[in-house]
Amino acid sequence: MGKNGANSSPDFLVHNPQDSVGVAVVDLAPKATARGRLLSGEALPPLTSRDAVPLGHKLALKDVAKGDRVIKYGQVIGEATAAIPAGAHVHTHNLRGLRWGKKEKQ
Amino acid sequence: MNNGHFWGYRRANGRMGARNHVIILPVDDISNRTAEAVAANVPGTLPLPHAYGRLQFGADLELFFRTLIGIGSNPNVAAAVVIGIEPRWSERIAQGIAKTGKPVEAFSIEGRGDLETTAKAARAAARLLQDASEVRREKAPLSELWVSAKCGESDTTTGLASCPTVGRFFERLIEQGGTAFFGETSELTGGEHLVAERMKTPQLREKFMAMFRDYAEMIERTGEDLLGSQPTEGNIAGGLSTIEEKALGNIEKIGRLKVDGVLSPAETPAHKGLHFMDTSSAAAECVTLFAAAGAAVHLFPTGQGNVIGNPVLPVVKLSGNPKTVSTMSEHIDVDVSQLLRGEINLDEAADRLSDITVRAACGRLTCAEVLGHREFVLTKLHRSA
Repeated sequence: MGKNGANSSPDFLVHNPQDSVGVAVVDLAPKATARGRLLSGEALPPLTSRDAVPLGHKLALKDVAKGDRVIKYGQVIGEATAAIPAGAHVHTHNLRGLRWGKKEKQ
Repeated sequence: MNNGHFWGYRRANGRMGARNHVIILPVDDISNRTAEAVAANVPGTLPLPHAYGRLQFGADLELFFRTLIGIGSNPNVAAAVVIGIEPRWSERIAQGIAKTGKPVEAFSIEGRGDLETTAKAARAAARLLQDASEVRREKAPLSELWVSAKCGESDTTTGLASCPTVGRFFERLIEQGGTAFFGETSELTGGEHLVAERMKTPQLREKFMAMFRDYAEMIERTGEDLLGSQPTEGNIAGGLSTIEEKALGNIEKIGRLKVDGVLSPAETPAHKGLHFMDTSSAAAECVTLFAAAGAAVHLFPTGQGNVIGNPVLPVVKLSGNPKTVSTMSEHIDVDVSQLLRGEINLDEAADRLSDITVRAACGRLTCAEVLGHREFVLTKLHRSA
């Protein structure tokens, strides 16, 4: 993907300035320098991916502690089931919903 | 927005249709065979076989009648032939449809058999089809096109691109005085508070939250949680991790609109505006309920590539996932994947959707129609007696 400049296409998008995760819009390799953009169009500081993050999957924008709420769309989408460092792939292995599926943990 | 007009079929009750089907509607499962035989004898008619219609009772039976009468009353239907095993329910459905002023004839099989019923019903179907073939499209404002939306095989691109595109389109449609539907009660979980805030009145908010709680309780009563099926395998492959995340993407379909009505399954709205309908999130069940309520075109955002169609409604599919629009191109009517790369903005994406939706309303066949997708699935509330 393009390397620099506000007009080049982003590697990940972020719905809301409060979000703790972004969505990869290209297949990201580990240790890639990923350029992000808010949906409103504003460029975000570049982020180094820790894992491979396939198109459509989420990466952490900042460190998230185990048990912390994960925010997307400015809303809670679940809680971290493990510590998630910035740039890591965020999915069902480290994120659990709060509304359904609690039974298996009880 | 296409000068705000489309060309459709004006029905006797004033509603505008995008298609001109003569349907052969079985009342029950055991009349499917005759309905299909009639359609085989009169090519150009549309048989609508389904699995139910015997020994239903209570709210489930009411929904069954509302759905079949609603399908026959849909403005995309020019005329209907109703065929059941017994005369009384066939008549009840035919009379319900006849209230729209459109031609409808009822037949029953008991005491005659399949063959004699087929012969009689086929003669009626042939007559109705010839009459329907003379109905001409006329110009109408886009506000007369009732449009429903429900997404499926969602992924994160649904919330980034295809659902917001529908949201922008709906904002324009409602601003022009149009009528639109959304639903998927259980798939609002995690975002139901946001939908509740959009309700125009406290009464609507209360009605919506009661429907939401009833649905959640229905699921909880089974003792199951939905983790095994929600998010679905396809959702997870596409990057969605939790039901909350899926719901928040789903809600993008209503843009920044307020909600003007809250409907029971298959209920026809009494006024224009944006309506929430209490539906399953299973695609074919949900779209069939919107068709029964009177929608004339359905918009279907998909991420990973749901292939659904409906026999009565043209289903317009849009996707923002660049892989899906490439690997499943024969299913996708509108490609909005450029939104992800920042190459187009939401207004431009909505322009594309609007263009194809209006053309579909004017008669352009959608991908689902040319591929023969005719999923007609009745919602069943509980076991039959």
